[in-house]
Amino acid sequence: MNDMRIVERDVDTQAIKFDCENVQVYYGDNHAIKDVNVRIESNTVTAFIGPSGCGKSTFLRCLNRMNDTIDICRVEGKLSLDGENIYDRKVDPVQLRAKVGMVFQKPNPFPKSIYDNIAYGPRIHGLVDSKADLDMVVERSLRRGAIWDEVKDRLHAPGTGLSGGQQQRLCIARAVATEPEVLLMDEPCSALDPIATAQVEELIEELRTNFSVIIVTHSMQQAARVSQRTAFFHLGELVEFGKTGDIFTNPKDPRTESYITGRIG
Amino acid sequence: MTDVTAAPASPARKTTSLYEVSARTRRRNAAEKRFRFYGLSAVLLGLMALIVLLSSILSQGMPAFRQTYVVMDVELRADKLDKNGNRDPADMAKLTTFAVAPLIKQATQTVATELGSDIEGLTDKMVGAMISKEAPGQLLRFVRANPELIGTTQSFEFLANGRIDGYFKGRVTHESAEMDNNISVQQLDLADAMVAEGMMETRFNWAFLTAPDASDQRPEAAGLGVAILGSLYMMMVVLCLALPIGVASSIYLEEFAPQNWLTDIIEVNISNLAAVPSIVFGILGLAIFINFAHLPQSAPIVGGLVLTLMTLPTIIISTRAALKSVPPSIADAALGLGASKMQTVFHHILPLAMPGILTGAIIGLAQALGETAPLLLIGMVAFVREYPAAPPEGLFDPATALPVQVYNWTQRSDPAFFERASGAIIVLLVFLVLMNTLAIILRRRFERRW
Ligand SMILES: Nc1ncnc2c1ncn2[C@@H]1O[C@H](COP(=O)(O)OP(=O)(O)OP(=O)(O)O)[C@@H](O)[C@H]1O
Ligand SMILES: [Mg+2]
Repeated sequence: MNDMRIVERDVDTQAIKFDCENVQVYYGDNHAIKDVNVRIESNTVTAFIGPSGCGKSTFLRCLNRMNDTIDICRVEGKLSLDGENIYDRKVDPVQLRAKVGMVFQKPNPFPKSIYDNIAYGPRIHGLVDSKADLDMVVERSLRRGAIWDEVKDRLHAPGTGLSGGQQQRLCIARAVATEPEVLLMDEPCSALDPIATAQVEELIEELRTNFSVIIVTHSMQQAARVSQRTAFFHLGELVEFGKTGDIFTNPKDPRTESYITGRIG
Repeated sequence: MTDVTAAPASPARKTTSLYEVSARTRRRNAAEKRFRFYGLSAVLLGLMALIVLLSSILSQGMPAFRQTYVVMDVELRADKLDKNGNRDPADMAKLTTFAVAPLIKQATQTVATELGSDIEGLTDKMVGAMISKEAPGQLLRFVRANPELIGTTQSFEFLANGRIDGYFKGRVTHESAEMDNNISVQQLDLADAMVAEGMMETRFNWAFLTAPDASDQRPEAAGLGVAILGSLYMMMVVLCLALPIGVASSIYLEEFAPQNWLTDIIEVNISNLAAVPSIVFGILGLAIFINFAHLPQSAPIVGGLVLTLMTLPTIIISTRAALKSVPPSIADAALGLGASKMQTVFHHILPLAMPGILTGAIIGLAQALGETAPLLLIGMVAFVREYPAAPPEGLFDPATALPVQVYNWTQRSDPAFFERASGAIIVLLVFLVLMNTLAIILRRRFERRW
């Protein structure tokens, strides 16, 4: 664990972005998330870590109501974004998802051109008025996704023709293009080489100035490098949540300690 | 990590050469070879059946596309056609085939005296019978259309009688003519002489595709015109109803409907409907569209509606399968970007499912095109000589359909009709091949568009 550069950056604001109380998630009879309480601050990178199958993705998907698309999934408890309950009957999940963007665990570009992949979000949300604006948004998003240089000559080639890592960065660029307030990233770097990973981490750091970022990762190093807050999940429970530095150097729960030192997982 | 060492050690493997094929590998390879052989023989068997079927239909049906015509001069005698001498269209309309028949008789007698003088036992009656019974009608139509030509002599092309036509197609021979009351050896000899004189020829028969059906006595005049139009109209009805209804209900069931007992029941029923024998749909159509809604019998609209009912389950099932085959990650991606359910479906899922939907729709249409049983029940088997009008009114006019016409012709006694039925099957097959080609082209087009 010596190679961990734990960067303790000050969190600028203490405004709460997501406030989750007593969240329970069930897949049919399977109790996947057990009584999770967590407060996610704005302009912060929060890392979710934990062994495979512990419910990180499940909890992440609660935050933009992507779990609604799974018939057997049931969410209980209170989840609020900027003080508004996102599971309120009045809330349209479509509007929520425009605010809370998501990058999925597996890259899933649309089978359309690279340009159309990026342009889709801005188009449906009416973020741009002219073709020139759209071109600009596409270029900026691709640059932020650290993929511009690789695709600038073939913007109209199919997005599905890219390599796995390139596809994932395309998906990141696509999510960024809609200018969400919160970006949920489910293992965004699992298919990336170290250079692209570094670029994405840079992007995350940059995004923090405007958004909250929540990132699921299996790499302790990455969690330590990019996040200010870390949440450790185990078997559906939130075992420990706090400043990244504290979690990695001074974990309170023995389960956290054994996980980050590599004894369970 | 401790349980790995606890596991029993794998049995020691003998080191073998890679150049030596082990008995196990040999058995596996032999099994694979056997399987390939079975597969290949199955394919060959299927191909052979197809070739036999096609060659028998082609050999029996191709002659229907050729027809024998008699070219002769007919004097349009004014004393027979226009006794008043004023060329009044009202008088012309009153003319009957009885008035023109003598003119044709006169023309054939001229031919007989010119060519048939050395054929023993050739009577005038025999010569007259060599021309189709359709000829007087043809002449009459010509006179009505061109009254100014009365008094002149015009060259006409009449259909030869079905037996004479059969003679040139090998269906009738001198031997068979001796035993046939409807044709005599003398007539065949005269026909040969007429061919030598250029007065009789066999050539491509457009009328087979355009003319309406004809009565039992004149197979040479029967054509598929009304049947093709009727089938076309019905396909239009099916396409306009079954495709939108089928696709809309599949999208709703697949993407929007809640999962509950009601949708389960609907699902089971759709699968069951796809397996219901088509004649049941005919009975349903008879009861609902004709007896209850009082739509006309034999009308393409009723046929189209019945075929729509029959095609809907096929289209719904294939459309749902196509929608299901679109990876859910695509829908997740769109929803995650804040697209609504409908945007997700119409921007992403539907375009990707399009090739499958089109294939299903065209297979459904092809099925409907070849369907016979339900159409018999709603009266499409009627004898129709009038072309239906242009749609939409024409959808309510009586018509027949291609497969029904095939059935109808095979029921008639004259072997010339059997030839025509085979020809009609060829036309039907050509339409089916065209539709399937269209399906393939559309699928390619949509796949490339992604
Ligand atoms: N669509 C689903 N239907 C049923 N059960 C599910 C579904 N998705 C997840 N689960 C269950 O929920 C639990 C948590 O899964 P989840 O995907 O959240 O794990 P994870 O922490 O993201 O794991 P990984 O690190 O491997 O991605 C697992 O037990 C899993 O079996
Ligand atoms: Mg996961």
